[in-house]
Amino acid sequence: MTCPPPAQIPALELLGFGDCGWGATLVWGLGNSIVIALGAYALGFVIGIGGAFGKLYGGPILKDLLATYTTLVRAVPELVLILILYYAFTGLLNQALLAWGFGRVVVSPILTGIAVLGVVQGAYQTEVIRGGILAVPAGQIEAARAMGMPPGLMARRITLPLMTVSALPGLANLWLNATKDTALLAVIGFTELTKATAQASASTKAFFVFYPAAMVLYMCISLTSTFLIHRIEKWARRGQREVRV
Amino acid sequence: MTTTSAGAASQPVAIRVKGLHKSFGTHEVLKGVSLTACEGDVVAIIGGSGSGKSTMLRCINFLETPTAGDIEIAGEHIKMKPDGHAADKHQLEKARQSLGMVFQNFNLWTHKTVLENLIEVPVHVLKVPKDEAISRARALLARVGLAEKEGAYPAFMSGGQQQRAAIARALCMNPKAMLFDEPTSALDPELVGEVLQVIKGLADEGRTMILVTHEMRFAREVASHVIYLHNGVIEEEGPPEDLFGAPKSERLKQFLKTVG
Repeated sequence: MTCPPPAQIPALELLGFGDCGWGATLVWGLGNSIVIALGAYALGFVIGIGGAFGKLYGGPILKDLLATYTTLVRAVPELVLILILYYAFTGLLNQALLAWGFGRVVVSPILTGIAVLGVVQGAYQTEVIRGGILAVPAGQIEAARAMGMPPGLMARRITLPLMTVSALPGLANLWLNATKDTALLAVIGFTELTKATAQASASTKAFFVFYPAAMVLYMCISLTSTFLIHRIEKWARRGQREVRV
Repeated sequence: MTTTSAGAASQPVAIRVKGLHKSFGTHEVLKGVSLTACEGDVVAIIGGSGSGKSTMLRCINFLETPTAGDIEIAGEHIKMKPDGHAADKHQLEKARQSLGMVFQNFNLWTHKTVLENLIEVPVHVLKVPKDEAISRARALLARVGLAEKEGAYPAFMSGGQQQRAAIARALCMNPKAMLFDEPTSALDPELVGEVLQVIKGLADEGRTMILVTHEMRFAREVASHVIYLHNGVIEEEGPPEDLFGAPKSERLKQFLKTVG
């Protein structure tokens, strides 16, 4: 079926899932954004925990390396980092593959997106988690040491759960950043929500339909997140007295 | 200077500390102190603020790193590196598991209920089956009068209750000896009694313990051996009736007068 000129299609139909609607494109973009945000955040969390413990308890070389990492990543705009890491990473990978006698590969944009944003998230989360660990009362750690708990178990069962109490607001901020930073991946041609919106509005010239729709979708992510964060915070603060001012 | 407590000299040695030195930077807090606690001994360490008594206790399980000296727990020398750190982490963990430590500020884990606090190390470190750990924990809670509180979080309990729970947590490890670091110093005066009563019960059943305390009357009542520490050296030591009844050194006389 051929669609009438976009100007003659009602807004709801443009956003719909019919033949002339762009709903599927937007939902695809939204899905990609969420997958990348989740992946990047999870990768960032793993890097963050390793980075925080490394910065606090690691040897001098590890500490220097981590300091360089967090300083560099936090100093350079995300957009620039994405461009550098995307082109440098795929370039290096292909060079290495060629050198080992393999053929070139096309790196999955979704994995690249997760890797790039994850590295950015990792730098910020390292600092937030480090702060959280430092805020754990010394006595809590001391009790675990005095009872002969091995360090790994102590980190998992004592330090990290207690760290969340003070690190959670910072970690929640970073999650919201992660959901919005996915929009930056539009510059490397990845179809996440912003890119999908841009495509839809460029084809139909219905800017005032699609951008507000994108805004609403981003808001949905953020409101759902806020609701979940509240639940998580309540769980993490179990056993803590409410502070009333 | 090696000391042997008078009470139970024939018993095997539970904890022996020899020539312990500890410096924080250039400040030497412990200048070569020694103690021996045989099984069943209750050794009380007394002394003024800054005398080094807490540091001495904390060096026994390496919460503070000794600068020099030798520490022996249940017949085993803790291997030390030249800088004083334990050389064998596994050995140190084992030794710590055999010493129940009770802190001034209780240090119950705030994100765990009382019962979870008690079974944490038995289940996850000592690999005791969970139901066994729970029934043992419940029995100990009943013993310290906290049977009703197993589901409570520490922040919602009084200081006295928290400290009794902390003692139960230490007992859950089935320790060879107990270390008490001023267990009543953070408590409101009316809560001191309930905690001392629990500690006295442990002493009466013949548990080995080293106790840093400001409660002179209590030290006199439960200790089999008393050490008076002043400026990082043992100024005087002996059975409680001698130390409290007939102190020899001027400093101890003065100290006992000030603490009443």
